[in-house]
Amino acid sequence: MEDWRKNKFAFGIFIGPATFWLVLFFMLPLAVVWVYSFGGRGPQGQTIITFSLANYQRALEWIHLGIIWKSAWIAGIATLLCLLMGFPLAKGIAFAPAKWKNPLLLIVILPFWTNLLIRTYSWIAVLRTRGHLNFALEWLHDKTDMAMTFLGLPELMGTFHPLALLYNQSAVIIGLVYVHLPFMVLPLYASMEKLDRSYLEASLDLGAGHWRTLFNVTVPLVKPGILSGVLLTYILSIGSFLTPDLLGGTESMMIGNLIAQQFGSSRDWAFGSALSFLLMYATFIILWIKTVNAKDGEATGI
Amino acid sequence: MKAMKDAPLKKKRYGKLVNPLDYTRKGWMQTLLGINFFFLYFPIVALVAFSFNDSKRNIVWKGFTFKYYIKAYNNEALHSSFMNSITVASISTVVSTLLGTMLGLALYRYRFPFKPAYEGFAHLPIMIPEICMGIAMLVFFSLINMPLSLFTITVSHIAFTIPFVAVVIRARMSGFDTSYEEVSYDLGASQWQTFWNVTFPYLRPGVVAGALLAFTLSIDDFVITFFTAGIGSTTLPIKIYSMLRFSVTPEVNAASTVLIVLTLTLTILAMTIQARANKR
Amino acid sequence: MNDNRAIISINNLTKTFGDVVVAVDNVTIDIIEGEFFALLGPSGCGKTTLLRMLAGFENPNEGRILIDGQDMVGIQPNRRPVNMVFQSYAVFPHMTVAENVGYGLKVDGVNMAEARPRITEALSLVQLDGYEDRMPDQLSGGQRQRVALARALIKKPKVLLLDEPLSALDAKLREQMQLELVRLQQSVGITFVIVTHDQDEALSMADRIAVMEDGRVRQLAPPSELYEFPNCRFVADFIGKTNLFKATTRGTEGSNVILEIKGLGEVAIPFKGQAENDISIAIRPEKVRLSGTEPSGDAIKISGKVIQVAYYGDESHILLENPTGVVITANVPNDSREAQGRIVEGDDMWISWSAADTLVLTE
Repeated sequence: MEDWRKNKFAFGIFIGPATFWLVLFFMLPLAVVWVYSFGGRGPQGQTIITFSLANYQRALEWIHLGIIWKSAWIAGIATLLCLLMGFPLAKGIAFAPAKWKNPLLLIVILPFWTNLLIRTYSWIAVLRTRGHLNFALEWLHDKTDMAMTFLGLPELMGTFHPLALLYNQSAVIIGLVYVHLPFMVLPLYASMEKLDRSYLEASLDLGAGHWRTLFNVTVPLVKPGILSGVLLTYILSIGSFLTPDLLGGTESMMIGNLIAQQFGSSRDWAFGSALSFLLMYATFIILWIKTVNAKDGEATGI
Repeated sequence: MKAMKDAPLKKKRYGKLVNPLDYTRKGWMQTLLGINFFFLYFPIVALVAFSFNDSKRNIVWKGFTFKYYIKAYNNEALHSSFMNSITVASISTVVSTLLGTMLGLALYRYRFPFKPAYEGFAHLPIMIPEICMGIAMLVFFSLINMPLSLFTITVSHIAFTIPFVAVVIRARMSGFDTSYEEVSYDLGASQWQTFWNVTFPYLRPGVVAGALLAFTLSIDDFVITFFTAGIGSTTLPIKIYSMLRFSVTPEVNAASTVLIVLTLTLTILAMTIQARANKR
Repeated sequence: MNDNRAIISINNLTKTFGDVVVAVDNVTIDIIEGEFFALLGPSGCGKTTLLRMLAGFENPNEGRILIDGQDMVGIQPNRRPVNMVFQSYAVFPHMTVAENVGYGLKVDGVNMAEARPRITEALSLVQLDGYEDRMPDQLSGGQRQRVALARALIKKPKVLLLDEPLSALDAKLREQMQLELVRLQQSVGITFVIVTHDQDEALSMADRIAVMEDGRVRQLAPPSELYEFPNCRFVADFIGKTNLFKATTRGTEGSNVILEIKGLGEVAIPFKGQAENDISIAIRPEKVRLSGTEPSGDAIKISGKVIQVAYYGDESHILLENPTGVVITANVPNDSREAQGRIVEGDDMWISWSAADTLVLTE
């Protein structure tokens, strides 16, 4: 690396255009949103700058706080499920024979390269009242019913009522897990791949079984990867808008939907701006934890 | 020596014994992997399969047909939104690849004051929730009285794809041995000649991969486009979204399948180029 | 050694990776209780795979492993009465020294009150008194290795397995650790099985050594026997330095075999085995004599010009070439300060040795 002063002209040529673009079409818009967040809603729905904290106070009102809390909760559950599914997945890939690792990894990230919208709405066909899952359940029900009748217990199972699986909180959670699973698997895989196998062998050798080895050795040693995956998944989940929009119902609204509502039907841009910045601050805090954690990991050599 | 000879020591063969750390060879792990892969693939495979389903209501399988692809192709609005997507993605890819490559090179090459802060700023579009960026663009364009159009979509797409290209370029350059450049200077080449004859040929696969990534991100984007698209400037994902509001028809599935195939092809192409370049 | 009970019995053990690579090929070894046993060989000879099969990290394809009379194949590593010291030491970086050493006790359900004195004792055994609360990243390589040793020994295994334990240490420390390992083994009385590619390490520490090549055991013998009576060219060449010559059998004469060595003529050497045509003779470079005039008495002699003198401090290696192009090395001790420089390149000299010191190798 060389010092920028050695060739100021070349440095300017390289860094100038992108900086210009990002300042004009990214930082400036964000700055406007920030200023708007201290504004208010005019009589025609326009935004007037009042320099008040009213919007932030409104965000802490019971009804809005409930949505924020629910977003945090839904994102938390989705992250936990991602971890529970992603950990064995990452382990299975990291401990596969060398020639299988890349193909397996590709299998995991391939769905991730299909469109977010499509990936999300593909669950509608699975979860809706007359969807694949309900059909599968009905089939199971009928088979069980047949078996019961055969065993002389007719009508024990009753008639099949399709489950309401779509447009509720669990549908949103399923969607979020589906969409964000690769973001959990990749950091987990990266840290598990780096893990020196002899630590696990030493643990087994000293008398610990596989479960003990998992909790006493593997998990502590891949903790940076776990934290990284958890925080990444959480950031993406808590800020999501499309998944709750498509799969959720009115009672599973998340903060992203609340923001979008302010820029749509509610037409309260100032409040929406304030909510948007609250979401961004939350993201920054999580990112900061992640950075601190990464530095700690380097320091202890884990 | 009095070795133990009491046990009959016949040659003993073993079947497939799994070594303790070969977790992937264990049955329970394979079952878990299978369940996970099923979870990952079933919805998409079902979606693609049902785009060939000969049934308007699209609930049970009625037989194989291509007719919904033809219908989607003849759907004026769907067709034009596809062309819009291609236009936006093409223009934003050209600009963001150029700007992102230069940014990546600058970050790779130069030391300058407040560099960590600058890097944080340059990567911000990757980090913040998409919805925050989407509404920011909406607010900004309405403040400067710019009507929402393909132009506003393109401008926003360039802004959020630049950092991605820069990341790919930096990753590629991190494997570059600067002594090649020193050799070139030593042999009398100028900085300009060295860049085009030594650095750029090494960088080229990174540029191609970055461009393909930018194109894929742009053509796939929903959230930011949702807030920056105006009437008559819908892209394919936006069009699919509005069709979904009515019902999930085989036509939507057909349009989605086309988009899946397109982005998968581009992604696999990008990965192959990168993998081949890294091998060299 | 009387009442030599085999603590480990390896019978016809074979391990292949995939269908092609045979890592361990039909190996049969008995390791005797209380001995310091070394598996020695170049990298890729299968010695580490063999050790890992004893520990239970790899499973064999064929054959059996008995440890203390019990069949071990298919038994998980955590249920085997052996412990291992890893090449990388594998001292858990997230645990203190005491937690590392006490790990094996903890997983066995030993309570803290009972474990504490045993940890202290184990640390004192490896001379790390007072290191209980250090973290591994505060330790040197040698200290980490001692932790790994204490951690394995605290379990009182029937056999301690050591995988290249000294390879990561620098030369000075390695020599010191060699002596210490021997002392440690004698004081705890546990059978040690060490894997190494370093012949000095094996020769100086082990009671018996198995030399391996391409998955097979070429020779199993005490160090001095390996060095003085290697049974094949591979062992003669691998252990120490040696001058090897191809020879042709011309006949026998009593207990001697008459051999013709290319460029040296015919010699008679005591040999009991079956004299074949593909035969070699070997002589260790420190067992030859160097003289300015033709020596009397020795059976085999070569005259020629000194073509190189390599000075190593304690000794010098002299390379002599005779008119037919045969090159032979002699090691001469530099037993006084003036010794160096006595022989220079271009000198005409004689090299000779006795028939009794000559090795005849058929394999």
